[in-house]
Amino acid sequence: MSDPKVIGILGAGRVGTAIARRALAAGYEVRVASSRPAADIALVLQFTASGAVAADADQVIAESDIIVLALPLSKYRSLPAGALRGKIVIDAMNYWAPTDGTLPEFEGAPSSSEVVADYLDGARLVRSFNHMGYHEIDGDARPAGDPDRRGMALAGDDPAARKAVAGFIDRLGFDPVETGPLASARGFAIGTPVFGAGLKRTELKSALRIPEAA
Amino acid sequence: MELGVYSFGDVQRDPKTGELGSTAQAQRNLLEAIQLADEVGLDYFGIGEHHTREMPASAATVILGAAASTTRNITLGSAVTVLSTDDPVRVFQQFATLDALSNGRAEITAGRGSSTESFPLFGHSLNDYDDLYAEKLDLLLRLNDSEEVTWEGRFRPSLDKALVVPRPENGTLPIWLATGGNPNSSVRAAIAGLPVSYAIIGGEAERFGPLAQLYRQAVAQVKVPGADTRVSVASPGFVGEDAKAAKDLWWNHYHEAFRALGEIRGFPAPQRAGYDRDANGKGALFVGSPEEIADRILDLHRVMQHDRHFFQMDLGQLGQKDFLRSIELLGTRVKPLVDAALAEKAPATADVE
Repeated sequence: MSDPKVIGILGAGRVGTAIARRALAAGYEVRVASSRPAADIALVLQFTASGAVAADADQVIAESDIIVLALPLSKYRSLPAGALRGKIVIDAMNYWAPTDGTLPEFEGAPSSSEVVADYLDGARLVRSFNHMGYHEIDGDARPAGDPDRRGMALAGDDPAARKAVAGFIDRLGFDPVETGPLASARGFAIGTPVFGAGLKRTELKSALRIPEAA
Repeated sequence: MELGVYSFGDVQRDPKTGELGSTAQAQRNLLEAIQLADEVGLDYFGIGEHHTREMPASAATVILGAAASTTRNITLGSAVTVLSTDDPVRVFQQFATLDALSNGRAEITAGRGSSTESFPLFGHSLNDYDDLYAEKLDLLLRLNDSEEVTWEGRFRPSLDKALVVPRPENGTLPIWLATGGNPNSSVRAAIAGLPVSYAIIGGEAERFGPLAQLYRQAVAQVKVPGADTRVSVASPGFVGEDAKAAKDLWWNHYHEAFRALGEIRGFPAPQRAGYDRDANGKGALFVGSPEEIADRILDLHRVMQHDRHFFQMDLGQLGQKDFLRSIELLGTRVKPLVDAALAEKAPATADVE
């Protein structure tokens, strides 16, 4: 596909608004939907991500080149799987039982993203943004080449989708580190050493055992 | 601006013997800290409900009740009450009693709680996390409005013209809504007519500026009669005579606290570089000399115009002596600097308006 221009974000909480801010700063058009009415989201966006457009989920999905899932994981079944079919989707959600409650399908699951991918049949799902805190997404973005620039891992089964998401991550201010197919997202899930560790690209690659040349 | 302290009742380690103090001693330490905070002129002390061995302040109103009779001016609050897993009737009765004993100095800060240990302890399911909070906040606000309440919900027996006493000294209790920065919570507080308390515990503190603006804009749009629209900030912080010594000392305790927490919650131990970044300049950790902390509060005040700022000082087994010294410096050194700067600024602000 041509370069993605419009980023759609589902979820207007801390993660969703942080990614919206960074995407706006990187020059993307940004659309945001949540479970609340568009007018409520518009008020929130006016202060947290000025310039982002509030709309309902179907419109956001239809108008966007990349869709970011930034809603609480416990609500993933509210996602319109049909509308997301064929779309490049970034799964930024994490399963954290201490706040989500115990969700049986995620207990002992290989990674939460694989469960989400099964539900969103046909979506070109890429796992990313989940191993960095929302305030780091906000505060730690750096231009390419900056010595303090951090690495951001991504995994997905669709190589073209991975490439598009890697470009998005790069423009947002992080070094994309591709780990391979979606199952490789287990390497940067909650509880792994890289989760929340704030590593630079080479450190992240080394922790994930990805050869530097790759 | 009001300045104060909050704590979850840290269990402290004896710096000489290395021995870990008892959870009982941690409660007495808190009472001593509140008394000192009152003596040195601080405005607020909040005890956050917590249920871990490291931070065992699970019954805040009992300690605050003891403090009510040994302090004179300081506001006594919860920071926070885990409302989701408590009975709002009992919460209200306890705080109204505290309010009576303290001649109107009690406040509730209601939250969902970062310490979710209370869910299994009191037989609640985390799957009801959102619904529990919404329902219980609704009941708590109704109880604050009138002494006779008729109410029905999912999570506790219904009330039919139930009499709930005692009543607060000044008619109602201030009830703050606590949020960790989800923008929807700021809107929720505005719609409910409640003052809002922001917990700023990581990243850049100024990120919360737009949220305070959002809150005030939402307040202007909904205009709840008699709404209390104050804004407060809670953040980790520690004051020492010397900036570098304060940062070095507190790092040890900060590291220990978050290493232990991370082990439970699946994130790595903090690193010194991240700590230094957050403890310098614009970060969320207010650790340093009195002058530095005063400047940093004033910097944040420029973007948030908050009415109160209070600090979690004791964590990771900080010694009681260091805790008390930090409280003293906050009251005797930081507060006069902040007050003087804001008093100087006030006339200019009035002109602009």
